[in-house]
Amino acid sequence: MPNAPGRSPSRGGAPAAPRSRRRGTAGAAALLVAAGTLAACGGDGGGPPTLTWYYNPDNGGQVELAKRCTEEADGRYRIETAILPRDASSQREQLVRRLAAKDSSIDLMSLDTIYVPEFAQADFLAPMPEDVGERVTEGVVQSTIEGATWEDELVAVPFWGNTQLLWYRKSVAEAAGLDMTQPVTWEQIVTAAQEQDVELGVQGIRAEALTVWFNSLIESAGGSVIEGNADDPENLELGLDSEAAVAAAEVMKLVADSGQAGAAFSTEDEAASAAEFEGERGGFMVNWPFIYAQAVAGVEGGTIDQAVLDDYGWTLWPSVVEGEPSAPPLGGIDLGVGAYSENVDFAYEAAECITSDENQAYYMINEGNPASSTAVFDDPEVIEKFPMADTIRQSLEQAAPRPQTAYYNEVTGGLQREYHPPGSVQPGTTGPQAAELIGAVLRGEQLL
Amino acid sequence: MSTTTLPPTKKDAPKSAPAATTSDRAKSERKLGWLLAGPAFLVMLAVTAYPILQATYESLFSYRLTDPDNRSFVGLENYGVILSDPLWWRSLWVTALITFITVLVELVLGFALAMVMAKALSSIRPIVRAAILIPYAVITVVSAYAWQFAFNINTGFVNSWFAWIPGVGTDTDWFGDFGTSLFVICLAEIWKTTPFISLLLLAGLAQVPEVLQEAAKVDGATWWQRLWKVTLPNMKAAIMVALLFRTLDAFRIFDSIFVMTAGANGTESVSFLAYRQTISRLEIGLGSALSVLLFLSVVLIAMVFIKGFKVDLAQARGEG
Repeated sequence: MPNAPGRSPSRGGAPAAPRSRRRGTAGAAALLVAAGTLAACGGDGGGPPTLTWYYNPDNGGQVELAKRCTEEADGRYRIETAILPRDASSQREQLVRRLAAKDSSIDLMSLDTIYVPEFAQADFLAPMPEDVGERVTEGVVQSTIEGATWEDELVAVPFWGNTQLLWYRKSVAEAAGLDMTQPVTWEQIVTAAQEQDVELGVQGIRAEALTVWFNSLIESAGGSVIEGNADDPENLELGLDSEAAVAAAEVMKLVADSGQAGAAFSTEDEAASAAEFEGERGGFMVNWPFIYAQAVAGVEGGTIDQAVLDDYGWTLWPSVVEGEPSAPPLGGIDLGVGAYSENVDFAYEAAECITSDENQAYYMINEGNPASSTAVFDDPEVIEKFPMADTIRQSLEQAAPRPQTAYYNEVTGGLQREYHPPGSVQPGTTGPQAAELIGAVLRGEQLL
Repeated sequence: MSTTTLPPTKKDAPKSAPAATTSDRAKSERKLGWLLAGPAFLVMLAVTAYPILQATYESLFSYRLTDPDNRSFVGLENYGVILSDPLWWRSLWVTALITFITVLVELVLGFALAMVMAKALSSIRPIVRAAILIPYAVITVVSAYAWQFAFNINTGFVNSWFAWIPGVGTDTDWFGDFGTSLFVICLAEIWKTTPFISLLLLAGLAQVPEVLQEAAKVDGATWWQRLWKVTLPNMKAAIMVALLFRTLDAFRIFDSIFVMTAGANGTESVSFLAYRQTISRLEIGLGSALSVLLFLSVVLIAMVFIKGFKVDLAQARGEG
């Protein structure tokens, strides 16, 4: 997976180097350093403007898109890529530090949807021209538009929208007598996993994945982590003492105590769940669709049997309340344009190019990350590669975003602290405790 | 072994300065001293004193990096918040515990390794030294990942290799609770920094006069008696300096915790707490206050060592 191809060492301005040869060694070295530094500062030497796109690590898809859009720009601008750290929170840290220092090198950034409000509130995102806003939301899944919106304004361009599905082994579900064509509940799959003695892959690690799980549980039970007023940190209205929060905590406890969540449940992340599911005892799992592309690659690479892949089944995320549809997790990446960029117009043009249907289809096929544009799900190539494309689209439409607030980091940090390890969760007690902690942290009365 | 210690000839240099007869000479030497040390002193001011002062200043404000307009002076409020929060005291306790365990084990282990290095046959001595030093050359983050992978329930080999030990099985989740997480964190720290302490002790070991050892031998002292009565008392200064350096270092533990548990299961250290407030939460004021408290803790440790245990840093360098 790790791939850091984007860092291009060439930054223009190279002709300065030969002139320095006449001087002494020290002088030459000093000039070289100076030339390099100047070039690195963004002097483009009269060529087309260079846009720098800070992107999250993938398998090379975004670098390819940068190349395609550079070609499409036909010499008007070039897109260079700069890789960000692996996890979303570290990506945010790096971007925030740079933007707080008014870094003009950030023209485009791949921004996790959960951080959009924070960036928008801090004026780190360049205002989007109205016509661009109209074009980039046309035929786009509503939940991903909401994820890119802050205070009723579209502030980022929806790129790809992610959602979790319930993955199951067809053989296991059949043996357990579960009808997977109908919505299933958490209780049902826990019971089935126990009966069949198979593993239930859920992410119990103290990380963002835990918030993803909890948020969808509470949303599926009809509640919300933030019920109102997401703006004022002192008076955030949290819904953690609601009945829905209790129902969510009960499911967490049920899974943790089921004995089927794996020995390392409290440190299990998405990759660990996927590895478990590929193994002999794989039964059920909630996870993002990348795991399917990973399994296909595993079959091609000879590490996974074709029979295992053929046994993969998928459906919508499990319900918390029987008969009520679930609210699956929503994730994904939006493209933000840096507020201090010197090429805002070109950056928005590039963002439009990157998120064109054709490019989104390419990205989905090669990276396994679902497109935000609905038309992509009708692309024959996408359907061929992702037989579950329709389920993904439905899941995206049904999905609930995580709390939208400029103080997301405090909210998720407080949830993770109180709801981890999931086995220690006490329905009815943990929720109010978490609410108290988050409130105190936001009022500046407590550490996180 | 005498080649590894600093030559005692250095003794003459500092002694000659105060003994100078003409004040002109003393003056010019002092001037030269400032000229030589001045640039380094200025650099130290720029890279050490300035950040400390800035952090102290920032710690008096309520200041969020994403909201610079609402920056306001709050005096010592940030310190009040921290000192009244159980999380700070818990982190302080965890940090102290890790420091105590790792430094203690490293001291014993480092001393044993120093003895091995000192006594190794001259033909294999370079290899032994290089082998012992390798862990110290590894970047902490890399070492932390290596240990994490080794103990990870899915990718690690530890569970299957050591399943014969009671309490260890193929489904032991080392990072699942406080005790076992701390065990792996300490193990990684010990593996990584024992070479440092053993190097310092090796230098101290070389300072123990051979004549004393031989006299004790002639008097019929056993190996154990010589160790306790001759070797250790004669290298007290080196031991204290090694302890001081390692304690200061261990108290600032961050990388291993960040990589292995990210603070889960109550394994947050003080540095990690400062990181979370400053870098993750972007609360520059609160984070700076934590950094200042961390700095004060480190100063306190250094003072306890230097004043309390009478560690003479000059003596350890063979100047005393």
